[in-house]
Amino acid sequence: MWVSILFMKLTLSDHDQAMLDGELGKATQMAMRILVTMAGVYGAPHLLDIESAHIDGCLYHGLSGLEFAERLVDGGAQVVVPSTLNVGAIDLLHPEYFQGSAEIAQRASRLMQAYEQMGCHPIYTCAPYQATQRPPLGTQIAWAESNAIVFANSVLGARTNRYGDFIDICAAITGRAPAIGLHLTQNRRGQLLFKLVGIPEHLLREDVLFPVLGYFIGANTGSKIPVIEGLLPDTTEDQLKALGAATASSGAVALFHAVGVTPEAATIDEAFQFQPPEKTIPVTIADLRATLTHLGTIPDGRVDVVALGSPHFSLQEFALLMPLLEQYPPHPEVEFIVCTHRLILSALQKRGWLNELQAAGVQVVVDTCVVVTPIVRARQGALMTNSGKFAHYTPGNIGLQVIFGSLKECLRSASLGHVWRDETLWQT
Amino acid sequence: MANLMKYTFHAHVLVAGKGQGPALILTEPLSLWGGLDPDTGEIIDRRHPSSGRNVQDQVLILPAGRGSSSASSILLEAVRQGTAPKAIITAEPDAILALGATVAREMYEEAPPVVVLQSDDYDQLRDGQWLSVTEDGTVFVSTRNPVLR
Repeated sequence: MWVSILFMKLTLSDHDQAMLDGELGKATQMAMRILVTMAGVYGAPHLLDIESAHIDGCLYHGLSGLEFAERLVDGGAQVVVPSTLNVGAIDLLHPEYFQGSAEIAQRASRLMQAYEQMGCHPIYTCAPYQATQRPPLGTQIAWAESNAIVFANSVLGARTNRYGDFIDICAAITGRAPAIGLHLTQNRRGQLLFKLVGIPEHLLREDVLFPVLGYFIGANTGSKIPVIEGLLPDTTEDQLKALGAATASSGAVALFHAVGVTPEAATIDEAFQFQPPEKTIPVTIADLRATLTHLGTIPDGRVDVVALGSPHFSLQEFALLMPLLEQYPPHPEVEFIVCTHRLILSALQKRGWLNELQAAGVQVVVDTCVVVTPIVRARQGALMTNSGKFAHYTPGNIGLQVIFGSLKECLRSASLGHVWRDETLWQT
Repeated sequence: MANLMKYTFHAHVLVAGKGQGPALILTEPLSLWGGLDPDTGEIIDRRHPSSGRNVQDQVLILPAGRGSSSASSILLEAVRQGTAPKAIITAEPDAILALGATVAREMYEEAPPVVVLQSDDYDQLRDGQWLSVTEDGTVFVSTRNPVLR
Protein backbone atom coordinates (compact mmCIF):
# COMPACT_ATOMS: atom_id res chain seq x y z
CA MET A 1 0.00 0.00 0.00
CA TRP A 2 2.86 2.37 0.79
CA VAL A 3 4.12 2.12 -2.78
CA SER A 4 1.01 3.81 -4.09
CA ILE A 5 1.54 6.86 -1.91
CA LEU A 6 5.15 7.33 -3.00
CA PHE A 7 4.33 9.85 -5.63
CA MET A 8 2.10 11.95 -3.40
CA LYS A 9 3.48 15.45 -3.33
CA LEU A 10 3.60 17.29 -0.03
CA THR A 11 1.62 20.54 -0.11
CA LEU A 12 2.60 23.09 2.51
CA SER A 13 0.42 25.90 3.84
CA ASP A 14 1.76 29.46 3.63
CA HIS A 15 2.56 29.31 7.33
CA ASP A 16 4.37 25.97 6.91
CA GLN A 17 6.39 27.48 4.08
CA ALA A 18 7.24 30.54 6.18
CA MET A 19 8.52 28.28 8.95
CA LEU A 20 10.53 26.27 6.43
CA ASP A 21 12.01 29.46 4.99
CA GLY A 22 13.24 30.51 8.42
CA GLU A 23 10.86 33.42 8.94
CA LEU A 24 10.08 32.19 12.47
CA GLY A 25 13.67 31.65 13.47
CA LYS A 26 16.35 29.04 13.03
CA ALA A 27 14.99 26.46 15.47
CA THR A 28 11.52 26.50 13.92
CA GLN A 29 13.16 26.19 10.52
CA MET A 30 15.17 23.14 11.59
CA ALA A 31 12.06 21.59 13.18
CA MET A 32 10.06 22.17 10.01
CA ARG A 33 12.85 20.77 7.82
CA ILE A 34 12.86 17.52 9.82
CA LEU A 35 9.06 17.40 9.79
CA VAL A 36 8.95 17.87 6.02
CA THR A 37 11.50 15.09 5.48
CA MET A 38 9.45 12.81 7.70
CA ALA A 39 6.23 13.80 5.94
CA GLY A 40 7.95 12.49 2.82
CA VAL A 41 8.86 9.26 4.63
CA TYR A 42 5.24 8.84 5.68
CA GLY A 43 4.01 9.85 2.21
CA ALA A 44 1.78 12.56 3.69
CA PRO A 45 -0.06 14.90 1.28
CA HIS A 46 -0.03 17.77 3.79
CA LEU A 47 0.46 18.62 7.47
CA LEU A 48 -2.30 19.08 10.04
CA ASP A 49 -2.68 21.09 13.25
CA ILE A 50 -2.08 19.29 16.52
CA GLU A 51 -3.54 20.26 19.89
CA SER A 52 -0.94 18.73 22.20
CA ALA A 53 2.39 16.98 22.27
CA HIS A 54 4.10 14.51 24.56
CA ILE A 55 7.87 14.64 24.35
CA ASP A 56 10.14 11.63 24.82
CA GLY A 57 13.36 13.41 23.81
CA CYS A 58 14.21 14.52 27.37
CA LEU A 59 15.61 11.08 28.24
CA TYR A 60 19.39 11.05 27.97
CA HIS A 61 20.73 8.46 25.53
CA GLY A 62 24.03 10.12 24.78
CA LEU A 63 25.62 13.40 23.87
CA SER A 64 23.86 13.51 20.50
CA GLY A 65 20.41 14.09 22.01
CA LEU A 66 21.77 16.89 24.17
CA GLU A 67 23.47 18.49 21.18
CA PHE A 68 20.18 18.34 19.28
CA ALA A 69 18.11 19.91 22.10
CA GLU A 70 20.65 22.63 22.79
CA ARG A 71 20.82 23.50 19.10
CA LEU A 72 17.04 24.03 19.22
CA VAL A 73 17.28 26.12 22.41
CA ASP A 74 20.06 28.20 20.88
CA GLY A 75 17.82 28.76 17.86
CA GLY A 76 15.10 30.18 20.12
CA ALA A 77 12.73 27.20 20.09
CA GLN A 78 9.41 27.44 21.98
CA VAL A 79 6.57 24.94 21.83
CA VAL A 80 3.28 26.30 20.46
CA VAL A 81 0.93 23.63 21.91
CA PRO A 82 0.66 22.21 25.47
CA SER A 83 3.53 19.73 25.68
CA THR A 84 4.25 17.30 28.50
CA LEU A 85 7.61 15.69 29.11
CA ASN A 86 8.16 11.97 29.33
CA VAL A 87 10.64 10.55 31.83
CA GLY A 88 14.18 11.86 32.06
CA ALA A 89 17.22 9.94 33.27
CA ILE A 90 17.34 11.64 36.67
CA ASP A 91 14.83 11.74 39.51
CA LEU A 92 15.22 15.48 40.04
CA LEU A 93 13.59 15.27 43.48
CA HIS A 94 15.93 12.45 44.54
CA PRO A 95 19.08 12.89 42.42
CA GLU A 96 20.99 10.66 44.84
CA TYR A 97 19.10 7.62 43.45
CA PHE A 98 21.11 7.85 40.24
CA GLN A 99 23.82 5.16 40.22
CA GLY A 100 25.66 6.39 37.12
CA SER A 101 28.58 8.80 36.78
CA ALA A 102 28.42 12.45 37.83
CA GLU A 103 29.20 13.47 34.25
CA ILE A 104 26.20 11.60 32.83
CA ALA A 105 23.98 12.91 35.64
CA GLN A 106 24.99 16.44 34.78
CA ARG A 107 24.35 15.97 31.05
CA ALA A 108 21.03 14.23 31.69
CA SER A 109 19.84 17.12 33.90
CA ARG A 110 21.01 19.62 31.27
CA LEU A 111 18.90 17.77 28.70
CA MET A 112 15.79 17.93 30.91
CA GLN A 113 16.46 21.63 31.46
CA ALA A 114 16.77 22.26 27.71
CA TYR A 115 13.28 20.83 27.14
CA GLU A 116 11.90 22.92 30.01
CA GLN A 117 13.50 25.98 28.39
CA MET A 118 11.51 25.24 25.25
CA GLY A 119 8.32 25.63 27.30
CA CYS A 120 7.46 21.96 27.93
CA HIS A 121 5.61 20.99 31.10
CA PRO A 122 8.05 19.20 33.44
CA ILE A 123 5.72 16.41 34.59
CA TYR A 124 8.28 13.74 33.52
CA THR A 125 5.94 10.81 33.19
CA CYS A 126 5.22 8.01 30.75
CA ALA A 127 1.59 8.17 31.91
CA PRO A 128 0.70 11.81 31.03
CA TYR A 129 -2.84 10.53 30.46
CA GLN A 130 -3.07 9.89 34.21
CA ALA A 131 -1.47 13.22 35.11
CA THR A 132 -2.30 16.43 33.27
CA GLN A 133 -3.30 15.60 29.72
CA ARG A 134 -6.34 13.64 28.62
CA PRO A 135 -7.04 14.66 25.03
CA PRO A 136 -10.67 13.86 24.18
CA LEU A 137 -11.94 11.47 21.50
CA GLY A 138 -10.88 12.49 18.02
CA THR A 139 -8.28 15.11 19.04
CA GLN A 140 -5.23 15.35 16.76
CA ILE A 141 -2.06 15.09 18.87
CA ALA A 142 1.62 14.25 18.42
CA TRP A 143 2.69 11.95 21.20
CA ALA A 144 5.86 10.00 21.69
CA GLU A 145 6.70 7.04 23.98
CA SER A 146 5.26 3.73 22.94
CA ASN A 147 2.88 3.16 25.87
CA ALA A 148 1.61 6.77 25.86
CA ILE A 149 0.95 6.49 22.13
CA VAL A 150 -1.00 3.25 22.40
CA PHE A 151 -2.99 4.53 25.40
CA ALA A 152 -3.87 7.87 23.75
CA ASN A 153 -5.02 6.16 20.57
CA SER A 154 -6.76 3.15 22.05
CA VAL A 155 -8.20 4.17 25.41
CA LEU A 156 -8.77 7.90 24.82
CA GLY A 157 -9.47 7.73 21.09
CA ALA A 158 -7.17 10.68 20.44
CA ARG A 159 -5.16 10.44 17.24
CA THR A 160 -1.41 10.14 17.03
CA ASN A 161 1.09 8.23 14.99
CA ARG A 162 4.05 6.49 16.60
CA TYR A 163 6.15 9.58 17.09
CA GLY A 164 9.56 9.29 18.64
CA ASP A 165 12.36 11.39 19.95
CA PHE A 166 13.08 14.51 17.83
CA ILE A 167 9.93 14.56 15.71
CA ASP A 168 7.90 15.01 18.91
CA ILE A 169 9.56 18.33 19.70
CA CYS A 170 9.54 19.32 16.01
CA ALA A 171 5.76 18.87 16.02
CA ALA A 172 5.44 20.80 19.30
CA ILE A 173 7.53 23.71 17.99
CA THR A 174 5.64 23.95 14.69
CA GLY A 175 2.22 22.78 15.95
CA ARG A 176 2.01 20.51 12.91
CA ALA A 177 2.19 16.82 12.06
CA PRO A 178 2.06 14.82 8.82
CA ALA A 179 -1.58 14.11 7.88
CA ILE A 180 -1.25 10.36 7.52
CA GLY A 181 -1.66 7.07 9.32
CA LEU A 182 -3.62 7.03 12.54
CA HIS A 183 -4.52 10.73 12.25
CA LEU A 184 -7.06 9.62 9.62
CA THR A 185 -10.26 7.71 10.41
CA GLN A 186 -9.91 5.10 7.67
CA ASN A 187 -6.48 4.04 8.94
CA ARG A 188 -7.82 3.33 12.43
CA ARG A 189 -9.73 0.28 11.23
CA GLY A 190 -8.92 -2.95 13.05
CA GLN A 191 -6.96 -5.50 11.03
CA LEU A 192 -6.44 -8.63 13.12
CA LEU A 193 -9.02 -10.22 15.38
CA PHE A 194 -7.68 -11.72 18.61
CA LYS A 195 -10.49 -13.82 19.96
CA LEU A 196 -10.25 -14.94 23.58
CA VAL A 197 -11.30 -18.58 23.72
CA GLY A 198 -12.08 -20.34 26.97
CA ILE A 199 -10.33 -17.82 29.21
CA PRO A 200 -11.98 -18.22 32.63
CA GLU A 201 -13.85 -15.20 33.90
CA HIS A 202 -11.83 -15.01 37.14
CA LEU A 203 -8.71 -14.50 35.02
CA LEU A 204 -10.38 -11.77 32.94
CA ARG A 205 -10.69 -9.79 36.19
CA GLU A 206 -7.06 -10.31 37.26
CA ASP A 207 -4.62 -7.46 36.57
CA VAL A 208 -1.91 -10.03 35.81
CA LEU A 209 -3.77 -11.15 32.66
CA PHE A 210 -3.28 -7.85 30.85
CA PRO A 211 0.50 -7.58 30.44
CA VAL A 212 0.57 -11.25 29.41
CA LEU A 213 -2.26 -10.86 26.91
CA GLY A 214 -0.69 -7.64 25.61
CA TYR A 215 2.70 -9.31 25.22
CA PHE A 216 1.11 -12.16 23.24
CA ILE A 217 -0.81 -9.75 21.00
CA GLY A 218 2.20 -7.51 20.39
CA ALA A 219 4.34 -10.47 19.40
CA ASN A 220 1.69 -11.72 16.96
CA THR A 221 0.55 -8.46 15.42
CA GLY A 222 3.69 -6.53 14.38
CA SER A 223 2.58 -3.03 13.53
CA LYS A 224 -1.00 -3.92 12.57
CA ILE A 225 -4.10 -2.89 14.49
CA PRO A 226 -5.34 -5.69 16.72
CA VAL A 227 -8.94 -6.00 17.86
CA ILE A 228 -9.54 -7.96 21.05
CA GLU A 229 -12.82 -9.75 21.52
CA GLY A 230 -13.74 -11.22 24.87
CA LEU A 231 -12.64 -8.68 27.48
CA LEU A 232 -15.13 -7.71 30.15
CA PRO A 233 -16.91 -4.35 29.72
CA ASP A 234 -15.66 -3.24 33.14
CA THR A 235 -11.99 -3.83 32.29
CA THR A 236 -10.20 -1.04 34.17
CA GLU A 237 -8.12 1.78 32.80
CA ASP A 238 -5.01 0.46 34.55
CA GLN A 239 -5.60 -2.96 32.99
CA LEU A 240 -5.82 -1.37 29.53
CA LYS A 241 -2.71 0.65 30.34
CA ALA A 242 -0.80 -2.55 31.18
CA LEU A 243 -2.12 -4.30 28.10
CA GLY A 244 -1.15 -1.46 25.77
CA ALA A 245 2.33 -1.05 27.24
CA ALA A 246 2.99 -4.77 26.74
CA THR A 247 1.73 -4.77 23.11
CA ALA A 248 4.11 -1.89 22.42
CA SER A 249 7.03 -3.75 24.03
CA SER A 250 6.77 -7.03 22.16
CA GLY A 251 5.44 -5.41 18.97
CA ALA A 252 5.04 -2.01 17.35
CA VAL A 253 1.38 -1.61 18.23
CA ALA A 254 0.17 2.01 18.23
CA LEU A 255 -3.57 1.33 18.46
CA PHE A 256 -5.71 -1.55 19.62
CA HIS A 257 -9.44 -1.87 19.92
CA ALA A 258 -11.18 -3.91 22.63
CA VAL A 259 -14.75 -4.67 21.64
CA GLY A 260 -17.22 -3.18 24.09
CA VAL A 261 -14.42 -1.51 26.04
CA THR A 262 -12.49 1.09 24.01
CA PRO A 263 -14.19 4.15 22.47
CA GLU A 264 -13.88 3.27 18.77
CA ALA A 265 -15.07 -0.31 19.25
CA ALA A 266 -18.58 -0.34 20.69
CA THR A 267 -19.17 -3.33 18.44
CA ILE A 268 -16.93 -5.64 16.47
CA ASP A 269 -18.27 -4.08 13.25
CA GLU A 270 -17.31 -0.62 14.41
CA ALA A 271 -13.82 -1.81 15.35
CA PHE A 272 -13.30 -3.21 11.84
CA GLN A 273 -15.22 -0.35 10.19
CA PHE A 274 -17.65 -2.89 8.76
CA GLN A 275 -14.98 -4.86 6.93
CA PRO A 276 -13.83 -8.41 7.64
CA PRO A 277 -10.69 -9.01 9.72
CA GLU A 278 -7.58 -9.94 7.70
CA LYS A 279 -7.08 -12.84 10.06
CA THR A 280 -8.58 -14.27 13.24
CA ILE A 281 -6.15 -15.44 15.91
CA PRO A 282 -7.61 -17.43 18.79
CA VAL A 283 -6.07 -16.74 22.21
CA THR A 284 -6.22 -19.73 24.53
CA ILE A 285 -5.11 -20.29 28.10
CA ALA A 286 -2.25 -22.38 26.67
CA ASP A 287 -1.06 -19.36 24.62
CA LEU A 288 -1.17 -17.20 27.72
CA ARG A 289 0.72 -19.73 29.85
CA ALA A 290 3.41 -19.98 27.14
CA THR A 291 3.68 -16.18 27.03
CA LEU A 292 3.91 -16.06 30.80
CA THR A 293 6.91 -18.40 30.65
CA HIS A 294 8.49 -16.27 27.94
CA LEU A 295 8.07 -13.03 29.94
CA GLY A 296 10.52 -14.18 32.59
CA THR A 297 14.08 -15.31 32.02
CA ILE A 298 13.90 -17.58 35.07
CA PRO A 299 10.81 -19.14 36.66
CA ASP A 300 11.70 -18.99 40.34
CA GLY A 301 14.48 -18.72 42.90
CA ARG A 302 15.90 -15.83 44.88
CA VAL A 303 14.44 -12.34 44.38
CA ASP A 304 16.86 -9.41 44.76
CA VAL A 305 14.74 -6.57 43.44
CA VAL A 306 11.04 -5.89 43.02
CA ALA A 307 10.19 -3.06 40.63
CA LEU A 308 6.69 -1.78 39.93
CA GLY A 309 5.34 1.12 37.91
CA SER A 310 5.85 0.81 34.17
CA PRO A 311 3.90 2.67 33.01
CA HIS A 312 4.06 4.92 36.07
CA PHE A 313 1.97 3.62 38.98
CA SER A 314 -1.42 5.30 39.35
CA LEU A 315 -3.07 6.19 42.64
CA GLN A 316 -5.47 3.26 42.11
CA GLU A 317 -2.50 0.94 41.78
CA PHE A 318 -1.02 2.32 45.01
CA ALA A 319 -4.41 1.68 46.64
CA LEU A 320 -4.02 -2.01 45.69
CA LEU A 321 -0.41 -2.04 46.85
CA MET A 322 -0.85 -0.52 50.33
CA PRO A 323 -2.80 -3.35 52.04
CA LEU A 324 -0.54 -5.99 50.45
CA LEU A 325 2.49 -4.11 51.73
CA GLU A 326 1.11 -4.18 55.23
CA GLN A 327 0.40 -7.88 54.99
CA TYR A 328 3.68 -8.82 53.32
CA PRO A 329 6.40 -6.33 54.31
CA PRO A 330 9.44 -6.59 52.03
CA HIS A 331 12.48 -8.52 53.21
CA PRO A 332 15.20 -6.02 54.21
CA GLU A 333 17.60 -7.47 51.64
CA VAL A 334 15.16 -6.97 48.76
CA GLU A 335 15.29 -3.64 46.93
CA PHE A 336 11.69 -2.57 46.48
CA ILE A 337 11.13 0.24 43.98
CA VAL A 338 7.92 1.85 42.69
CA CYS A 339 8.07 4.37 39.84
CA THR A 340 5.44 7.09 39.53
CA HIS A 341 5.12 10.80 38.81
CA ARG A 342 5.18 13.92 40.98
CA LEU A 343 1.43 14.48 41.17
CA ILE A 344 0.96 10.98 42.54
CA LEU A 345 3.84 11.56 44.95
CA SER A 346 2.01 14.60 46.37
CA ALA A 347 -1.18 12.56 46.66
CA LEU A 348 0.77 9.85 48.52
CA GLN A 349 2.10 12.47 50.92
CA LYS A 350 -1.38 13.86 51.57
CA ARG A 351 -2.79 10.42 52.30
CA GLY A 352 0.09 9.53 54.61
CA TRP A 353 0.92 6.64 52.31
CA LEU A 354 4.39 7.92 51.53
CA ASN A 355 5.39 7.54 55.19
CA GLU A 356 4.05 3.99 55.20
CA LEU A 357 5.89 3.18 51.98
CA GLN A 358 9.15 4.59 53.32
CA ALA A 359 8.72 2.81 56.64
CA ALA A 360 8.38 -0.44 54.70
CA GLY A 361 11.64 0.32 52.90
CA VAL A 362 9.98 1.08 49.57
CA GLN A 363 11.85 3.48 47.33
CA VAL A 364 9.40 5.73 45.44
CA VAL A 365 11.02 7.05 42.28
CA VAL A 366 9.64 9.97 40.25
CA ASP A 367 10.60 11.63 36.94
CA THR A 368 12.17 8.44 35.62
CA CYS A 369 12.10 4.65 35.93
CA VAL A 370 14.40 1.73 36.53
CA VAL A 371 14.76 0.45 32.96
CA VAL A 372 15.76 3.81 31.47
CA THR A 373 18.43 4.83 33.96
CA PRO A 374 20.65 3.15 36.59
CA ILE A 375 18.70 3.21 39.87
CA VAL A 376 18.66 -0.46 40.83
CA ARG A 377 21.64 -1.06 43.10
CA ALA A 378 21.88 -4.83 42.61
CA ARG A 379 24.44 -5.69 39.96
CA GLN A 380 23.36 -9.30 39.58
CA GLY A 381 20.50 -11.55 40.53
CA ALA A 382 16.85 -11.33 39.69
CA LEU A 383 14.27 -8.56 39.45
CA MET A 384 10.61 -9.41 39.86
CA THR A 385 7.86 -7.26 38.38
CA ASN A 386 4.20 -7.21 37.45
CA SER A 387 4.94 -4.99 34.44
CA GLY A 388 5.20 -6.50 30.98
CA LYS A 389 7.36 -3.58 29.93
CA PHE A 390 9.80 -3.92 32.83
CA ALA A 391 9.92 -7.67 32.17
CA HIS A 392 10.75 -7.04 28.53
CA TYR A 393 13.49 -4.47 29.07
CA THR A 394 15.13 -5.62 32.33
CA PRO A 395 17.57 -8.19 30.89
CA GLY A 396 18.91 -5.81 28.21
CA ASN A 397 18.82 -2.54 30.11
CA ILE A 398 19.60 -3.54 33.70
CA GLY A 399 21.39 -6.81 33.06
CA LEU A 400 19.44 -8.77 35.67
CA GLN A 401 17.37 -11.91 35.32
CA VAL A 402 13.67 -11.18 35.35
CA ILE A 403 10.70 -12.89 36.97
CA PHE A 404 7.18 -11.89 36.01
CA GLY A 405 4.25 -12.22 38.38
CA SER A 406 1.08 -10.63 39.68
CA LEU A 407 1.19 -7.77 42.19
CA LYS A 408 0.44 -10.19 45.00
CA GLU A 409 3.10 -12.62 43.79
CA CYS A 410 5.60 -9.73 43.71
CA LEU A 411 4.70 -8.67 47.26
CA ARG A 412 4.79 -12.13 48.78
CA SER A 413 8.03 -12.91 46.95
CA ALA A 414 9.57 -9.64 48.17
CA SER A 415 8.58 -10.59 51.69
CA LEU A 416 10.08 -14.08 51.48
CA GLY A 417 13.12 -13.11 49.41
CA HIS A 418 12.31 -15.82 46.91
CA VAL A 419 9.57 -16.46 44.38
CA TRP A 420 6.11 -17.27 45.65
CA ARG A 421 3.52 -18.41 43.12
CA ASP A 422 -0.25 -18.17 43.28
CA GLU A 423 -1.08 -21.54 41.73
CA THR A 424 -4.75 -20.68 41.26
CA LEU A 425 -4.18 -17.72 38.89
CA TRP A 426 -3.67 -19.50 35.58
CA GLN A 427 -5.93 -22.49 36.27
CA THR A 428 -9.07 -22.99 34.22
CA MET B 1 36.06 -12.83 -11.31
CA ALA B 2 33.83 -15.67 -12.38
CA ASN B 3 33.25 -16.67 -8.79
CA LEU B 4 31.13 -13.58 -8.09
CA MET B 5 27.41 -13.52 -8.70
CA LYS B 6 25.92 -10.08 -8.81
CA TYR B 7 22.39 -8.81 -8.94
CA THR B 8 20.51 -5.66 -8.07
CA PHE B 9 17.27 -4.72 -6.38
CA HIS B 10 15.40 -1.45 -6.34
CA ALA B 11 14.36 -0.31 -2.90
CA HIS B 12 11.99 2.42 -1.81
CA VAL B 13 14.08 5.19 -0.27
CA LEU B 14 12.99 6.55 3.12
CA VAL B 15 16.23 8.39 3.84
CA ALA B 16 18.60 8.71 0.89
CA GLY B 17 22.31 8.08 1.12
CA LYS B 18 24.91 5.53 0.22
CA GLY B 19 26.61 2.82 2.20
CA GLN B 20 28.08 -0.61 1.75
CA GLY B 21 29.13 -3.55 3.84
CA PRO B 22 28.38 -7.17 4.65
CA ALA B 23 24.73 -8.06 5.22
CA LEU B 24 23.69 -8.66 8.82
CA ILE B 25 20.24 -10.18 8.67
CA LEU B 26 17.99 -10.15 11.72
CA THR B 27 15.24 -12.73 11.50
CA GLU B 28 13.10 -10.86 14.01
CA PRO B 29 12.25 -7.17 14.47
CA LEU B 30 14.52 -5.31 16.88
CA SER B 31 13.94 -2.28 19.06
CA LEU B 32 17.23 -0.40 19.02
CA TRP B 33 16.32 1.02 22.44
CA GLY B 34 17.13 -1.78 24.82
CA GLY B 35 18.31 -3.76 21.81
CA LEU B 36 21.46 -1.98 20.67
CA ASP B 37 24.35 -0.58 22.68
CA PRO B 38 25.40 2.60 20.85
CA ASP B 39 28.77 2.59 22.63
CA THR B 40 29.76 -0.68 20.98
CA GLY B 41 27.23 -1.47 18.23
CA GLU B 42 26.37 -4.76 19.89
CA ILE B 43 22.86 -6.20 19.85
CA ILE B 44 22.01 -6.54 23.54
CA ASP B 45 18.39 -7.74 23.49
CA ARG B 46 19.06 -11.13 25.07
CA ARG B 47 15.80 -12.57 23.78
CA HIS B 48 16.70 -11.66 20.21
CA PRO B 49 18.11 -14.46 18.03
CA SER B 50 20.91 -12.13 16.87
CA SER B 51 21.89 -11.10 20.40
CA GLY B 52 25.65 -10.60 20.64
CA ARG B 53 26.21 -9.67 17.00
CA ASN B 54 27.56 -6.24 16.09
CA VAL B 55 25.93 -3.84 13.61
CA GLN B 56 28.89 -1.50 13.15
CA ASP B 57 29.89 -1.16 9.47
CA GLN B 58 27.33 -3.80 8.48
CA VAL B 59 24.32 -3.37 6.24
CA LEU B 60 21.62 -4.03 8.79
CA ILE B 61 18.66 -5.94 7.42
CA LEU B 62 15.60 -6.39 9.60
CA PRO B 63 11.90 -6.99 9.04
CA ALA B 64 10.97 -3.85 10.99
CA GLY B 65 11.70 -1.90 14.13
CA ARG B 66 9.81 -2.78 17.25
CA GLY B 67 8.54 -1.11 20.38
CA SER B 68 10.04 1.95 21.91
CA SER B 69 10.08 5.24 20.09
CA SER B 70 13.50 5.99 21.62
CA ALA B 71 15.04 3.89 18.86
CA SER B 72 15.76 7.00 16.81
CA SER B 73 17.92 8.39 19.64
CA ILE B 74 19.95 5.21 19.76
CA LEU B 75 20.54 5.36 16.03
CA LEU B 76 21.60 9.02 16.26
CA GLU B 77 23.98 8.23 19.11
CA ALA B 78 25.39 5.26 17.20
CA VAL B 79 26.06 7.58 14.24
CA ARG B 80 27.79 10.10 16.51
CA GLN B 81 29.98 7.35 17.97
CA GLY B 82 30.68 5.64 14.66
CA THR B 83 29.03 2.35 15.67
CA ALA B 84 26.05 2.64 13.32
CA PRO B 85 25.38 0.32 10.42
CA LYS B 86 26.43 1.51 6.94
CA ALA B 87 22.89 1.16 5.63
CA ILE B 88 19.54 -0.13 6.89
CA ILE B 89 17.19 -2.26 4.83
CA THR B 90 13.75 -3.18 6.13
CA ALA B 91 10.80 -5.12 4.76
CA GLU B 92 8.27 -2.62 6.10
CA PRO B 93 8.74 1.16 6.26
CA ASP B 94 9.90 2.12 9.75
CA ALA B 95 9.47 5.81 10.48
CA ILE B 96 11.37 5.66 13.77
CA LEU B 97 14.54 4.37 12.11
CA ALA B 98 14.08 6.87 9.28
CA LEU B 99 13.79 9.69 11.81
CA GLY B 100 17.02 8.70 13.55
CA ALA B 101 18.80 8.79 10.20
CA THR B 102 17.17 12.12 9.22
CA VAL B 103 18.25 13.84 12.41
CA ALA B 104 21.72 12.31 12.12
CA ARG B 105 22.02 13.94 8.71
CA GLU B 106 20.81 17.27 10.19
CA MET B 107 23.28 17.12 13.10
CA TYR B 108 26.33 15.32 11.73
CA GLU B 109 25.88 15.50 7.96
CA GLU B 110 26.15 11.73 7.65
CA ALA B 111 23.81 8.85 8.26
CA PRO B 112 23.06 5.38 6.98
CA PRO B 113 20.48 5.32 4.17
CA VAL B 114 17.20 3.70 5.20
CA VAL B 115 15.45 1.82 2.42
CA VAL B 116 12.59 -0.67 2.12
CA LEU B 117 12.67 -3.73 -0.11
CA GLN B 118 9.61 -5.53 -1.38
CA SER B 119 9.24 -8.89 0.30
CA ASP B 120 10.24 -11.03 -2.73
CA ASP B 121 13.52 -9.15 -3.00
CA TYR B 122 14.01 -8.91 0.74
CA ASP B 123 13.69 -12.68 1.08
CA GLN B 124 16.58 -13.23 -1.32
CA LEU B 125 19.14 -11.43 0.83
CA ARG B 126 21.55 -13.67 2.73
CA ASP B 127 23.71 -13.03 5.75
CA GLY B 128 27.27 -12.11 4.83
CA GLN B 129 26.56 -11.04 1.23
CA TRP B 130 28.31 -7.82 0.25
CA LEU B 131 25.68 -5.11 -0.25
CA SER B 132 25.95 -1.63 -1.60
CA VAL B 133 23.08 0.85 -1.34
CA THR B 134 23.09 3.92 -3.60
CA GLU B 135 21.39 7.33 -3.35
CA ASP B 136 18.52 6.26 -5.61
CA GLY B 137 17.82 3.10 -3.61
CA THR B 138 19.54 0.59 -5.85
CA VAL B 139 20.86 -2.31 -3.78
CA PHE B 140 23.81 -4.10 -5.39
CA VAL B 141 24.29 -7.62 -4.09
CA SER B 142 27.38 -9.67 -4.69
CA THR B 143 27.82 -13.14 -3.39
CA ARG B 144 30.47 -15.77 -3.85
CA ASN B 145 29.23 -18.67 -5.86
CA PRO B 146 29.68 -21.70 -3.61
CA VAL B 147 30.16 -24.10 -6.59
CA LEU B 148 33.13 -22.26 -8.02
CA ARG B 149 34.81 -21.18 -4.83
